[in-house]
Amino acid sequence: MRRIISLLVENESGALSRIAGLFSARGYNIESLTVAPTEDESLSRMTIVTRGSDEIIEQITKQLHKLIDVVRLLDLTEGRHIERELLLVKVMAEGENREEVKRLVDIFRGRIIDVTDSTYTIELTGPSDKLDAFVEALSNAEILEVVRSGISGIARGDRTLRL
Amino acid sequence: MELTGAEIVVQSLKDEGVEHIFGYPGGAALHIYDAFYQQDDIKHILARHEQGATHAADGYARASGKPGVVLVTSGPGVTNTITGIATAYMDSIPLVVLTAQVPTNLIGDDAFQEVDTVGITRPCVKHNFLVRNVADLALTIKKAFYLAGSGRPGPVVVDIPKDVTAAKTTYRYPKSVKIRSYAPVKRGHSKQIAKAVALLLDARRPVIYSGGGIIHATAATQLTALVQTLGFPCTQTLMGLGALPAADPHFLGMLGMHGTYEANMAMHGSDVILAVGARFDDRVTGDLSKFSPGARIIHVDIDPSSIGKNVPVEIPIVGDAAAVLEQMLDILGKKDRKVDEPVLEQWWKQIKAWRDVDSLAYDRDSKLIKPQFVIQKLCEVTEGDAYVTSDVGQHQMWAAQYYSFNKPRRWINSGGLGTMGFGLPAAVGVQMAFPNAPVACVTGEASIMMCLQELSTCSQYGLPIKVINLNNRYMGMVRQWQEFFYDRRYSHTYMDSLPDFVQLAQSFGHTGILIEKPGDVEGALREAFAAREKLVFLDFITDQTENVYPMISAGAGHNEMQLNPADSGATSQERELA
Ligand SMILES: Cc1ncc(C[n+]2csc(CCOP(=O)(O)OP(=O)(O)O)c2C)c(N)n1
Repeated sequence: MRRIISLLVENESGALSRIAGLFSARGYNIESLTVAPTEDESLSRMTIVTRGSDEIIEQITKQLHKLIDVVRLLDLTEGRHIERELLLVKVMAEGENREEVKRLVDIFRGRIIDVTDSTYTIELTGPSDKLDAFVEALSNAEILEVVRSGISGIARGDRTLRL
Repeated sequence: MELTGAEIVVQSLKDEGVEHIFGYPGGAALHIYDAFYQQDDIKHILARHEQGATHAADGYARASGKPGVVLVTSGPGVTNTITGIATAYMDSIPLVVLTAQVPTNLIGDDAFQEVDTVGITRPCVKHNFLVRNVADLALTIKKAFYLAGSGRPGPVVVDIPKDVTAAKTTYRYPKSVKIRSYAPVKRGHSKQIAKAVALLLDARRPVIYSGGGIIHATAATQLTALVQTLGFPCTQTLMGLGALPAADPHFLGMLGMHGTYEANMAMHGSDVILAVGARFDDRVTGDLSKFSPGARIIHVDIDPSSIGKNVPVEIPIVGDAAAVLEQMLDILGKKDRKVDEPVLEQWWKQIKAWRDVDSLAYDRDSKLIKPQFVIQKLCEVTEGDAYVTSDVGQHQMWAAQYYSFNKPRRWINSGGLGTMGFGLPAAVGVQMAFPNAPVACVTGEASIMMCLQELSTCSQYGLPIKVINLNNRYMGMVRQWQEFFYDRRYSHTYMDSLPDFVQLAQSFGHTGILIEKPGDVEGALREAFAAREKLVFLDFITDQTENVYPMISAGAGHNEMQLNPADSGATSQERELA
């Protein structure tokens, strides 16, 4: 099962490597991992997307909890939640394809944020499957570069992850 | 008052109550060593190798229950400690390892004797720190001791750059420290405990399976009380031996790969298992798909990630073993409901039949020295009250099987990592903690060669350790596997070119005795232990064909043990090594 685990971690240089090291040492998979500072400068927020059986996910959360740098942990997928990912994609956009790409961007509610005579650079946010669908839809165009941020997530309603 | 970082290191250790540290100097550690030179409250023991220093601190911690402290220089000083740190980590031993580092302005430059200590130790420590500012030093050391010794204990590394040890700041050692992400629990959840007690009272074929956690939690008394209150059979892991006295009739012996027949059969046939401070290690469970098929499991552990990791658990209880067992005893004390004696008696009858198999029997009429016999004599001569360290191999298993440990912290071995070379330096640490106690290092001729240099440390500090070298001229445990599973192709396990151990010991100023006949075993042991001031190296030339039994091979279950073929009536059947 795919899970999204949110963490508050000490904003210290070693924290990221401890967490990444845990996943590689124990053979857990990481689909994506994002980390950035929070409003509390002593903390970073990390979102990890992983896959595994219930037993593995239980081990992952327990092992993460055990790390001294991990302050709080929430499995977002245990409740209602919102997930978003940012996609930046640069595609060839020439001739009649230029219009076609623009139409697709509109349909997916993306934005063209940079242009040249021959290319568009497009920004799109949404859940990962929407981004997948967009990249899929672009398959007629020549994609030059795809950059994805990995998932950020937050719980719906009044469930929060804070100190 | 302003102190330098180096002085803060020393003063913090004093304020922490540290009496002994084990170390080895070098360039980046010079300021710290200079600060140690100017005091004599803390005794520094100079090992002959940083691995030796780390194992010594580890042995000290295992025997005394106090954290072991190590001090080494940067670079190779640190890399030499890795085996020791990993050994302590696998067995949850509290260590504080102070490592010197190149000056902060050189970090990352591939400076002379620089390694990324925090990076290289990360996978084998409970936590580690790099102190970049002298103002953080005392607090960091406090945190290190707190983390190492609390919760599930483990090694903590504090990496201190040389310039930090020269810089000055006002010194204040915190009385206590809080870490917001870290709050180990003590007491177990009372509802879970009540459920567990009810399940135990309903059990028809119960087993208590306890491990090293009992030792760490100082819960031997509570364990013994629970076993005796319930009248249940109890087996212990390699790491747990001595918590329940071996002499207690409820003790089934060790379980697992080389456990007794009755312990493994009882585990296999049980309907309820109470696991306390044990982690269902693969050497204990054998093939998981065949593990205790009918058992409902209660698992008590301080580390939630140990629970449910290898086997499904019906009643998980997170807590300190001593606290949880006391909570169980409390409930049992108040309950009018007791165990069903006749049902339990049936179970004991069955266990007795398994016991009668006498799975630890061996050929006692051999003209060669049987290693098991040496350990039994060692136990007799020391009245079962010595501190026994060991290395890794057959001798380790025989020590675990044939020495009757009646007290916790007497049996000191590397269970999790299985580190050859551990035994002698660990004995150094034990003897430093208990200068007047008998300390034996049970080893093999291959293992002892791995940290042999520590014989020199023993001379310097006058440590009267007795080295029990079970010399079978083979890496016996590996040879055994080659005999069983590789058609006797003894690839690189013969120990060629061995030294004359007697002369070797003498060259360090110790006594050496060569023992070649069974009839000389006891006399030599008595002579050695009578020499209270001297290290005696006893080189026992043992039967090189001897194997460790019982044995559960890979892929087998607890009920599929291989027993000693010599048991089946046949006596001095000397098998030839093909
Ligand atoms: C550092 C290290 N290297 C290799 C091994 C693998 N190993 C396990 S037991 C053993 C043989 C030990 O031989 P010896 O010390 O003579 O003891 P014996 O088994 O003969 O009693 C070896 C090589 C190990 N456990 N540790």
